[in-house]
This record gives sequence, structure tokens and C-alpha cells, in this order.
Amino acid sequence: MLTPAEWQAVGASLVVGSRAVAVGLPLALGAAWLLARKRFPGRALLDAFVHAPLVLPPVVVGYALLLVFGVQGPIGHWLDATFGTRLVFTSAGASLAAGVMAFPMMVRAMRLALEGIDPGLELAARSLGARAFDRFFTITLPLALPGIVAAAIVGFAACLGEFGAVITFAANIPGETQTLPLAIYGALQTPGGEQTALTLALISLGVAIVALIAAEILGRWARRWAAR
Amino acid sequence: MIDFDARAALGSFHLDVTFRVPEAGTTVLFGPSGAGKTTVLALLAGAMKARSGRIEVGSSVFVDTARDHFVPLERRRLGWVFQDGRLFPHLTVAQNLTYGLKRRREEPIRVDEGRVLEVLGIGGLLDRWPRDLSGGERQRIAIGRALLAQPRLLLMDEPLASLDVPRKREILELLASIGIEFAIPIVYVTHSLAELVRLADHVVLLDRGRVLAHGPANDLLGRSDTPLLAARGDAGAIIEAPIAAQRPERGTTVLTLGAQQLQIPYLGGGVGHRVRVHIIANDVIVATERPRAISVRNVLSASVSRLSAREDGAVNVELALSDEHRLLATVTQEAVRELKLAPGLPVFALLKSVAIDAPAGSRLLEIS
Repeated sequence: MLTPAEWQAVGASLVVGSRAVAVGLPLALGAAWLLARKRFPGRALLDAFVHAPLVLPPVVVGYALLLVFGVQGPIGHWLDATFGTRLVFTSAGASLAAGVMAFPMMVRAMRLALEGIDPGLELAARSLGARAFDRFFTITLPLALPGIVAAAIVGFAACLGEFGAVITFAANIPGETQTLPLAIYGALQTPGGEQTALTLALISLGVAIVALIAAEILGRWARRWAAR
Repeated sequence: MIDFDARAALGSFHLDVTFRVPEAGTTVLFGPSGAGKTTVLALLAGAMKARSGRIEVGSSVFVDTARDHFVPLERRRLGWVFQDGRLFPHLTVAQNLTYGLKRRREEPIRVDEGRVLEVLGIGGLLDRWPRDLSGGERQRIAIGRALLAQPRLLLMDEPLASLDVPRKREILELLASIGIEFAIPIVYVTHSLAELVRLADHVVLLDRGRVLAHGPANDLLGRSDTPLLAARGDAGAIIEAPIAAQRPERGTTVLTLGAQQLQIPYLGGGVGHRVRVHIIANDVIVATERPRAISVRNVLSASVSRLSAREDGAVNVELALSDEHRLLATVTQEAVRELKLAPGLPVFALLKSVAIDAPAGSRLLEIS
């Protein structure tokens, strides 16, 4: 049904998306928690920084990543010198680019969930002897779970669809960084590639619909959870 | 002792509160809303930091700003019962109950789980979720959860405020018994006089961030010079006295007040058992001669011990019934002039009604 090249694009998308969510979600949770619960100097700056990918052209984000994580960039150079690891033009780099673009959406979903938790419950837990970590894992995290699940789904879907930042930072390498949108773009550039483009577009549509339905079901479950 | 001395600011609200009450028993923080009751509780719990002050409970110093000493809330070993229960919605009743118990550190278990379930009547709810409980059940679980954390002090912030009247009575009775049953000191915040009368051993009267008075409940509630109590329509005196006789056929119970007797609406309990009654100042009539042919059954001889003007122009007359018992009567200024009321004058106090400290809180029962 699908050609090996098409399977490659689907596989690359799933790898890039799941890796981006696996690494990005805990970081986004940390940022969401800071923004929802803490008042500290530089909070507005963190808020702006987290949300920047939402309003910047994706190409700009990809270029910024090249400047920082490229072999000549401060972090990229350090990674190369210390571990011999390069992010540019790799699947990991594609995950980084997709993850950065999806980051604000994951933060927003979890921040809303955290803000919906009555701080009084955490105070009650404190009065019962629960210290900070204990409280976070036994009260805050379980109550925010619906929001965290929603953030994971939204983040994963956003990663699958990311084009500009991925192609700028990680290029369009089949089997490595060529996710579905990049493969569709490539097919459209190739004479006679319309059939492939259509197939891949339908796969994208399918994945998107599944993600949206899952988000809807989990959202309903979350509302019930919050209302009980 | 609970030794509390703290100053704090919340926006434009300034709190400067100092009081010292015995640890044992129930201390009621009483005052109108905005008096700073909940702020005092938050400072005592450690949910809020004092700008300056020292807070000590028993042998533990919780706060001493002079030494930059502050024990965080989670290490103060308190049981805190909130107005709204605050059960953890994602945990079952059983998991809620044992949340604090599991986090107990070296302290020994003094409050037994089985006993708590029995006293609170919650043994049948263990597998339920908080969302499936009624308001009264939720508050019972919240009390049980706080007790099982093996606290050295129970803090209660208007625990009855969100309940309907029958539930209020039910939980009030429960609260009156748990302090004694489990021998845990309680600090209780309320603006309800009925709860104050029923529960208080010691009282701290607060208004606008200041202490108006503090001391034993029996002393404080009969005083005419505490403006907060005296200005209220239901200001009055609390009398604690033993039951002298029961006359169920006449519907009365007789209390001994020194050499005199007081008839109150029938109330169960054995002879010798001490009860509290609340006598509202507006229900006390002062006479300089013993009246005859009168329907009022309680005519007590007393002497005027103090007069104090109220803000509304009336006068509160403090009457001594015996060395131990005092009454408060509200009269007009004309009455003071005509009867020549002055400290030391022997008078008769006519009681129109007596509010008994029954399970109903302090609902008035007419016994004229």
C-alpha cells in the first residue's frame, strides 16, 4: 500500500514527535508550574520567551536554533567538543526544532490545569506533614493529570505538523529528518509525485483526526475529573 | 500555654495581636468578619509569616522573628480543619483519612484509627469518593483526617460555616466531644455566639486586627466592658452551674447558683452534672423590690457590681448573683436614674427566658 519511502516518512514523524514530547513535556511542566504558581523576578521574561515560538515565523526559530545549537553555536560547539554529538541535520535535531515549536502549546495546556487546582488542597497537604516533593507528586501532579495528557497529545500533533523550523534546522533528509510535511513538500517538488503527496496528506489527516478525537475524549474525562 | 504575639500586614489590614491562653481545652477566636481571626490562625499554622513576633505552643517555639526562627507548616504537627473541608478529590475517603497518618514522623500514635471512625461515625464511608459525600460527611472526614495526623494542636476555621442547620448541630456536638475524647487542644475560629458558648474554655475576642479581651470563657462572656459582646443584641452572660434537680413532669431542670436556684427548660443529664446557660441581657429585668404576683418564675437576688453605657444609649448593668455567678441586664438611662442603680445596690433580677446550652446550640427557650 505504502512505498518504503512513505513508511520512512511516517516512521520519522512518529520518532521525531514522540522524542520531542518525551523530553519537552517535563520541561514544559516545569515552566507551567513556575508560571502558574511562582512570583519571581523575570517571570514576565520567561513567559515571553516560552511563548515566542507561537508568534515568530518558524523559519526564524529554526535559524535561531542554528545559531545556538549549530556546530559554530555556543551549545552546539560544546556538545560537539564534549560528546561528539551534532544536532543539525539529525533526527534528534528535528525533535529539538519540533519540540521548541510545540513547547508553548504544551505549557499553556498544563498551566491552565495547574491554575485550576485549589491551592487550598496543597495547604491542607502541608498541614498534614507533606513536604514540597511529596505534595507535588501526591496532590498537584495527579490533579493536573488531565491537563498533562492533553498537553502531550497537543504537543505530539504539533510536532507532526511542524515544517519551517525542522527544515531550517535539520534539513530534509529521508529516513532521518524527513517528517510527513517535509515529505509532502518534497513529493510536490518532484515531477509525478502528486500521488505520493496525496497519500501522505491523507495519512496526516488521519493522524490529526485521531489526535483531535483523543484530545476531545480526554478533555471530557478531565472535566469530569475536575468537577468531582 | 499558647503564647501568641505577632504583627502582620495584609495590604491595608494591620494585625497586632498578643494573647496567652492555656493549651488544654478549646480556645475560641471570636469576632466579626474582618477582625483578623483567620489571619491569626494562618500565623499560628505557619501559612503566613509575621512581620515581627513570637509564637509558642507548649514547649515548641514556632516563630521568633528576633532570632529569625520559623518552623514551616509541615513540621508544626497541626491538624487544620477548613471551612470547606478540602478533601483531596482524587483520593478515596480511606486514603484521605490516612494521608497525614502516613506522614507522621517519630511521634507516637495517640489517636487510634478505630476510635476515630467510631466517634465520627464514618466507618461505612471508607470506600467512597469525596464527591459522593454530603457536606456533613465531608466535614467529618476532614476532622478525622486532621485527628489521625496525630496533631499536638487542632486548628478549626469556621468548620460549620458551610453546613445547613441540622448538620451544624450534629457536628457541633461532635466537636464538643472530640477535644475531650482525644485530649487534643483546639483553637477554633468563629463568629457564631452559639458555637462560642458551646465550645469555648478560653476566648480571644478580636476586632479590626486587635485583641479586645482574652481569658476564660466564663469570666469573659459575662463582662459588660467588652464592647464587641456588649453591643450585640444577644449580649449576655454565661452561667455554668450544676443540676440540682430534674422535674420532667413540669418540664424544668433546676440549677444551683450559690444559695439560689435557677429554673431552666427541661434538659437531660444527671443531678450534679454541670451545664452552661446563656442569659441574654435584654431578657433580664431589674427590680429594686421583690415583685409579687408575677408570671416570671426566676427571680434572683443580686447586687449591682458595675454600670456601663452602651453605644446605642442603653446601659449594661452587671449583677453579681454570688461570688461565682454574674448576670448582665440591659436597661435604659431613665431606669438607672429612677431606680438609682449604683454599684453595691441590692436588686432582684427577673429572667424572662434562659437559653440553654442544648444540642440545638443556644436557641432561646421561653420559660416565663
